[in-house]
Amino acid sequence: MLAFLIRRLVQAALVMFVISIIAFSIQDNLGDPLRELLGQSVSEKQRQILRDKMGLNDPFLIQYGRFLKKAIHGDLGTSYFFKRPAVDVILDKLPATLELVFGASLIIIVFSVPIGVFAAIYPKHWFSKFSMGASIVGISIPVFLTAILSIYVFSVEFGWLPSFGRGETVDFFGWRTGFLTRDGLVHLILPCIALSSIMLPLFIRLIRSEMMEVLESEYVKFAWAKGLQPRRIWFLHALKNTLLPVITVGGVQIGTLIAFTILTETVFQWPGMGFLFLEAVNRVDTPLIIAYLIVVGLIFVITNTIVDLIYGLVNPTVRLTRPQE
Amino acid sequence: MSVALLEIRNLEVRFAMRHVTLVALRDVSFAINRGERLGIVGESGAGKSVAAFSILNLISKPGYISAGEILFEGRDLTKLGPQEMRKIRGNRISMIFQDPMMTLNPVLTVGTQLTECLHAHRELSEPEAREIAMERLAQVHIPSPEARFDQYPHELSGGMRQRIVIATALLTNPWLIIADEPTTALDVTIQAEIMDLLLELCESQNVALILITHDLGVVSQVTERAIVMYAGRVVEEAPTREIVRAAKHPYTQGLIGALPQQTESRRRLKQIRGVMPALTEIPPGCAFHPRCPYVLDVCRVQLPGYSIKNGARVACHMVAAQMQTEAKESES
Ligand SMILES: Nc1ncnc2c1ncn2[C@@H]1O[C@H](COP(=O)(O)OP(=O)(O)OP(=O)(O)O)[C@@H](O)[C@H]1O
Ligand SMILES: [Mg+2]
Repeated sequence: MLAFLIRRLVQAALVMFVISIIAFSIQDNLGDPLRELLGQSVSEKQRQILRDKMGLNDPFLIQYGRFLKKAIHGDLGTSYFFKRPAVDVILDKLPATLELVFGASLIIIVFSVPIGVFAAIYPKHWFSKFSMGASIVGISIPVFLTAILSIYVFSVEFGWLPSFGRGETVDFFGWRTGFLTRDGLVHLILPCIALSSIMLPLFIRLIRSEMMEVLESEYVKFAWAKGLQPRRIWFLHALKNTLLPVITVGGVQIGTLIAFTILTETVFQWPGMGFLFLEAVNRVDTPLIIAYLIVVGLIFVITNTIVDLIYGLVNPTVRLTRPQE
Repeated sequence: MSVALLEIRNLEVRFAMRHVTLVALRDVSFAINRGERLGIVGESGAGKSVAAFSILNLISKPGYISAGEILFEGRDLTKLGPQEMRKIRGNRISMIFQDPMMTLNPVLTVGTQLTECLHAHRELSEPEAREIAMERLAQVHIPSPEARFDQYPHELSGGMRQRIVIATALLTNPWLIIADEPTTALDVTIQAEIMDLLLELCESQNVALILITHDLGVVSQVTERAIVMYAGRVVEEAPTREIVRAAKHPYTQGLIGALPQQTESRRRLKQIRGVMPALTEIPPGCAFHPRCPYVLDVCRVQLPGYSIKNGARVACHMVAAQMQTEAKESES
């Protein structure tokens, strides 16, 4: 277990290192930070002095070394616009985004597993055919269309659900959550559905096809030949083997989900990191952009590590413990 | 005369494909008594596995039993409901599959896969089930059963896995074991070992065995009677000794010819020319006629019936004609 963890942590550190290089390189290519900082009226000479002082004229490697040293201490620079540490600005918005991703993941898991399993066991049932048809349609509709359509139907036409912001949030040990108030929960519904709409059909289809393959396997046939109850065969023998590849794909897709929050948050005016990121790009607020990339990279690496651990726990052929003879 | 343990009568199995319905088994009949060992031989595609799986109503998807009866203990298995059928499977009739690597579930421990079979058929506590499972593991000569119990299949060798599958098949003291090529996927060096184990256990516990294989050598060592299948039909049935020594059907003779003869100084492998036809291309008349060295005109148009003599039967026009002339000669 420990060896596995250490190996994973080394991998994670490597990935973060690459992300930091990419993030840092962006700095050089995204406009001139001095313009934001100083305005137009400052003379070129004064600019050069300031550049030297800020170390902007140093060689790339030295600048990167300085950046990395600070980054390790949690300092990713000061946001030009907010005049606050970029990491703080991002972390303020982190709960909103994570709750959105969490809600969407919950919807995906709660619906894809039962529907996918049902469709695999009873492929000829009308509900299976309906789900398969609907999932094809679902995959081909872009997220922003789903978002705008759902806003139009549920907020504008019927007025059932809010389509704007997080609603009422409460402080839960320093984490601003919308999960503990009725208003917060109601505000989560539409954005979460919109965000889950890309992955849900994909997962239903994935689980169905994996499960169908497993149901054809020799060990499932043998389980039938042993006279086991169908329930046990489907939900233990088959499902456990079905979920192995699904977990791997799922880990990667959570990362993709975070990328899609940028779009979802913009449509629903959701005060999260993605929304903030778009604003930062418009303002060429480089420290904020870099902080976003690094925080998202970190989330990505952490979820993947957790997913790998779960995979290792479910799949006995992956050795978490020391190899035994 | 005692009633057979299992009697299959005029079994027909079809596969309902998208555009056509293929007949995989036609008019298959055979029986097996308590404690008897029956071999089913034939080349790949003969329908051996389909016949075996149809007994437990486990034919893979578009396949179904379209006619015939499968009488087990006098009850017709084709007419049982799912729950009644479940109580027969793994309880009264067990199966052993070809590849032990694929037969055991990779994500469940050996112990779980053993005891669940007991729990499915008996009211037992976990310790009781565990004890029976341990006993069976010892019976199949698995060293240190306690240690194996909590291991996963991938931690065991192929031979060890097949021993566990055999232990699983024996758990509930079944009356019949159907073994579909139980040693084909194993290392050559342990094939004989596993076969001997299976034979020994069936003999000592008086369990009937249906052994499917394309190896006539194994059949002659293990079984008392054998049926030969070709293109979904039984073409010959006889005591195994008779089949090996004096096969009547040209196809069976071909199979025997393909056996490496240890006694001959120069091993000769006489292959039957051609291959078994696919289900879509089964020729009219006797299905074997395009490959038969003795083909007669009647073989091309008419399906041969069975000629029965001394508890053996053969479906061949040539053999039927020979028997007729023999009968006439003995009359005169
Ligand atoms: N699920 C299926 N769908 C369609 N055809 C099938 C299916 N299963 C078997 N068949 C066909 O039924 C025929 C008999 O197959 P079967 O598996 O019983 O052969 P076998 O005698 O066991 O051969 P082998 O020695 O290769 O195991 C073959 O022609 C095969 O193509
Ligand atoms: Mg077979």
